[in-house]
Amino acid sequence: MSLSHNIPSYFHIKVDRESCKKCKRCTTHCSYGALSFNGERIVADDSKCVACQRCVVMCPGSAIRIVKNESFLPPHGNYTRRIRNILWAQSGNGGVLLSATGNDRPIRTIFDDLLLDACQVTNPSIDPLRETIETKIFFGRKPKKLEFLTDKKDSTKITLKTEFMPNFEIDMPIMIGHMSLGSISYNTCMAIYQASKELNILAGSGEGGLHPDFYEYGSNIITEIASGRFGVDINYLHKAAGIEIKIGQGAKPGHGGHLPGEKVNSLISQTRMIPKGSDALSPYPHHDVYSIEDLAQLIAALKEATRYKVPIGVKIAAVHNSAPIAVGIVRGGADFLTIDGFRGGTGAAPRIIRDHAGIPIELAIAAVDERLRQENLRDEITLVAGGSIRYSADLIKIIALGADVAMCCMPVLIAMGCRVCQQCFRGLCSWGIATQQEYLVKRLDIDVARNRIINLFHSWNEELKEVLGAMGIDSVESLRSNRDRLRYIGPNPKIAEILGVKHAGE
Amino acid sequence: MKWKNYTCLPKQFRNERIFDGCGISGYINIDGTKDNGKKIIDMLCILNERENGLGAGFAAYGIYPKYKDYYALHFLFDNEQSKERVLNYLEDIGYLIQSEPIPTKTPMDVSNSPIIWRAFYEPRQKKGISSDEQVVQLVMEINEKFEGAFIMSSGKNMGVFKGNGWSHEIAEYYKIIDYKAYMWLAHSRFPTNTPGWWGGAHPFNLLNTSVVHNGEITSYGTNMRYLESFGYKCTLFTDTEVIAYLIDLLCRKHGIPIPIASIALAPPLFDEIEQMDKKYQIALKSIRATYRSAMLNGPFSIVVGFANPVPTLFGLTDRKKLRPLVAGISEDENTLFLSSEEASFKRLIIDSNGLYTFKKIWHLKSGTAIIARLDEGLIREGFEEPFKNIKLTVTGI
Amino acid sequence: MNNTEKEGAFKLEEKNIIEINAAPNNKPLNYKVLNEKIHEAIKNNHKKIILKDVCGQRFIGASLQGDLEIIINGLPGNDLGIFMDGPKIMVNGNCEDHAGNTMNDGTIIIHGNAGDVVGLSARGGKIYIKKDVGYRIGIHIKEYESKYPIIIIGGTAKDFLGEYMAGGLILVLGLKFCLDGTVIESDQPICGNLLGTGIHRGKIILRTEKDFTAKLGVGAKIFEISEAEKNEIEPFIKEFCDIFNIPYDIISKKPFKVIKPISKRPFGGNYCGQII
Ligand code: SF4
Ligand code: SF4
Repeated sequence: MSLSHNIPSYFHIKVDRESCKKCKRCTTHCSYGALSFNGERIVADDSKCVACQRCVVMCPGSAIRIVKNESFLPPHGNYTRRIRNILWAQSGNGGVLLSATGNDRPIRTIFDDLLLDACQVTNPSIDPLRETIETKIFFGRKPKKLEFLTDKKDSTKITLKTEFMPNFEIDMPIMIGHMSLGSISYNTCMAIYQASKELNILAGSGEGGLHPDFYEYGSNIITEIASGRFGVDINYLHKAAGIEIKIGQGAKPGHGGHLPGEKVNSLISQTRMIPKGSDALSPYPHHDVYSIEDLAQLIAALKEATRYKVPIGVKIAAVHNSAPIAVGIVRGGADFLTIDGFRGGTGAAPRIIRDHAGIPIELAIAAVDERLRQENLRDEITLVAGGSIRYSADLIKIIALGADVAMCCMPVLIAMGCRVCQQCFRGLCSWGIATQQEYLVKRLDIDVARNRIINLFHSWNEELKEVLGAMGIDSVESLRSNRDRLRYIGPNPKIAEILGVKHAGE
Repeated sequence: MKWKNYTCLPKQFRNERIFDGCGISGYINIDGTKDNGKKIIDMLCILNERENGLGAGFAAYGIYPKYKDYYALHFLFDNEQSKERVLNYLEDIGYLIQSEPIPTKTPMDVSNSPIIWRAFYEPRQKKGISSDEQVVQLVMEINEKFEGAFIMSSGKNMGVFKGNGWSHEIAEYYKIIDYKAYMWLAHSRFPTNTPGWWGGAHPFNLLNTSVVHNGEITSYGTNMRYLESFGYKCTLFTDTEVIAYLIDLLCRKHGIPIPIASIALAPPLFDEIEQMDKKYQIALKSIRATYRSAMLNGPFSIVVGFANPVPTLFGLTDRKKLRPLVAGISEDENTLFLSSEEASFKRLIIDSNGLYTFKKIWHLKSGTAIIARLDEGLIREGFEEPFKNIKLTVTGI
Repeated sequence: MNNTEKEGAFKLEEKNIIEINAAPNNKPLNYKVLNEKIHEAIKNNHKKIILKDVCGQRFIGASLQGDLEIIINGLPGNDLGIFMDGPKIMVNGNCEDHAGNTMNDGTIIIHGNAGDVVGLSARGGKIYIKKDVGYRIGIHIKEYESKYPIIIIGGTAKDFLGEYMAGGLILVLGLKFCLDGTVIESDQPICGNLLGTGIHRGKIILRTEKDFTAKLGVGAKIFEISEAEKNEIEPFIKEFCDIFNIPYDIISKKPFKVIKPISKRPFGGNYCGQII
């Protein structure tokens, strides 16, 4: 790339010479090589800065500030800076642009247009601190009805004929989404699994296999069968609380996966069960699933393989016709169904797909929940919603729209230190999260990270209880699909119609 | 004075949740002796602090022995045309055994009144669909699609009488005193947000199930959408409608015995379940998980009359006991009374100059059903463990 | 399972053999019932299970482990031996799609044809198919440490042979089995289009003198076979010929061609990580 085609940097690193102690700590902490010491002072290369804030936090003299690059491009409301940058990058490289985390386009978030109801007069609110409010849920398939047989002669003799299907009880309607060892570090995985066990919630393994060190947390882990089948063996199937067939992911619907060989160190090799240094390619589709009946077959195969002991589910990305697809999946025998919205995160995805494919989770869940009801299938399955559940408010709203469980990843990473710099795919995460480099991974203290996750979800659950209490509901089951308790204040009545939510004031 | 709002609410109030506070009462004579309406009227009218003149009603079981094999349809009609349309339609799809006005006494100061009608009806046999189911669909259809018509009740050998007004007015209007029933339910209303309308008064009925209810369920949306997936149409926007349909679904469609259905409506807390034996844990968790959308949340107390297969009176309050329900059993142990307030029982004692006495009066435990069956007597007293007196077997363990 | 274990292996005694009728009273059992019977037999310490009249039942041998032998008379359904980890399955006849799906270890021997997507994502074990196979055979098979999946096809294969291949060995012999028991060269092309497309490890070896450059998929390249490779495959071919009664001398009548990846990173240059 010639100099004249350099892309103007977003950030500017300001090092205050007065307060700089010249300890050079920042130069070692910056994993992107933006800072160096020239013998006299710290020199900053703005073009390399990703604003991950590591140097700022680590500087003992508080000498560093990352500011927005003031030199700005000629303004244009249509050819925004973003679009110009994309064009420059593509014309310089010729490849597909990569990105990480979730869709960052400023598209209006429907969650923010939803308001919650609370009790006044006609029914009392409940004090969650002093009275019981239940947030436990059953994860798995339920029968449509229970069959009780009453003895013809003695009406007190009652037999429950229906055998209950495998369900996993979790204490909060929360699941930490699938992030594989490979996309995130060993320490990050360990912190997540330990926290999940402690909280008795679920965590996804991602598609990279399950390292033997994590087996002891298996009772809170849903392992994932993706098209690459990496690390899938008997242990992977038998040590898990449930198994999820990954068809798609919100950040990259219709796209496979690709872990470059240089990230396949001995740890990853051991987990994925592939030789060190070889690429881990996940084919775009599952090659034993070309249709809905093939999916039913894979579900049945997994049930056979696990002797019908754990729930088997399917994850799809929220796309235009999610609702009929969901019906097919449930009919195909899935015990749970995960829908991942278009804002869902990723460690690496083509920017074009991350930014433009899929639909918002709010609409997808509303449509899927409604459609499953029309087919009288909704109550049989557990519906998991992910794709940017950012905080407890989103959790509450998605449950009221129809989900059983909210799934999230970014909040967990942010709780551990992630600054959302969107560079995960480069494997240089300065916070030790999205990286495999030993010296960076070490930066993430497992105990600290675990406790922060525990605190985070404890707080979410308490806030959920506060809201349930204010609504006069003492069990989260009675919030699910209770759209009556939501109102819409956004600009588009069509959205309210699809959500099945009345406008505020109605 | 003019009466209005018989078969629907004024337009501006439709599609709106209806909240109200209420008084509820009910009783059953276990040996099947029939009483006239005096007791139930007294029990209800004493609760007049709980009503504001915007709705009351009665359900009576055993009142039509002559036509006991036919569905007794109780109608409200706005006018002759709507009556003709409905009756013609009934003749098209089934047999009208008898069709006649229900005797009423319009108060002096009222210049108009609805047409109150009853028809004893039998649907024509259809393959693959029971006559019960046909009648359910008929009720849904008429109440949703026929202008100026409303079916108040559709059970056999029973009927619901209800309307806008104070409980004593409604009792007089329908001449409740003249009916003879072994089981009575009654309800008076305190609607907070709507003018009240005749069809929307309680008891709410479907087939033989009648519900009177006090409180406001906070799980309405969840319950309603659950019922919709089983084909119920919640057109009245009231909690009582939802409760009646849930009971119909659990007891009639899914065939769940009422003591167990009551657990689905108000299940024990998980913390309590964890303390129980494995067998009960499995049963209770199965119920909670399978019927998680049928669980009623928020404050409620209900009294339900039920006649399928055995006539049963059933009472239940919410898990947190936010609405009252008191039970009393007569000295001869033949009559079980339920009411919002003990005053209803006291009234009976006073009326009889102390001749009528109660063996026991007690408050129910929250979320625990009280159940009395014709001939069998009191089978649950409302404070038992979930499976007390039930010999439960769970397949697979 | 390695060889030392095999030598010390359990000697089969009569009482360890059981026959299960998959179609009692001429009514084929549901796959769940049949597989439950197999599990029961294993629980009762049976080491050799003979299935009679199998008719499309799926998932036979799913995730079974250890020293077991299953002989299938009839037609097993899809996903034969899925997730299997050790046992040996022999089919007297054809089998349907996805045999050896995500297999970790073990042996599947098919005395007939097999359907599509055989050995999907298998990490180890052997799949020997006497006759012809369908599309996407050996797709995304891998290898890891001592695990090295081997798929040998006596007949011919169709398109996408060895797609996404990430390790292991696929060998196609291109033979035809006449009804009278003689073995001749097949008149069908030995493979279809997009041969080895996306291959990034492992090798596909075809017994043919033809040049298949035009059929190659993305990232695949044809090489002449090396001495080392010849030596590597020899024992497997001998084993294959033994099992299926193929006169070994016919094999040498045609040369072998090897298809291997151009590079370990077939798609490395496709992506760009510029900060936007
Ligand atoms: S870390 Fe701060 S004090 Fe140390 S060299 Fe860098 S800027 Fe100076
Ligand atoms: S995980 Fe690391 S690389 Fe990824 S966005 Fe967060 S801070 Fe950046």
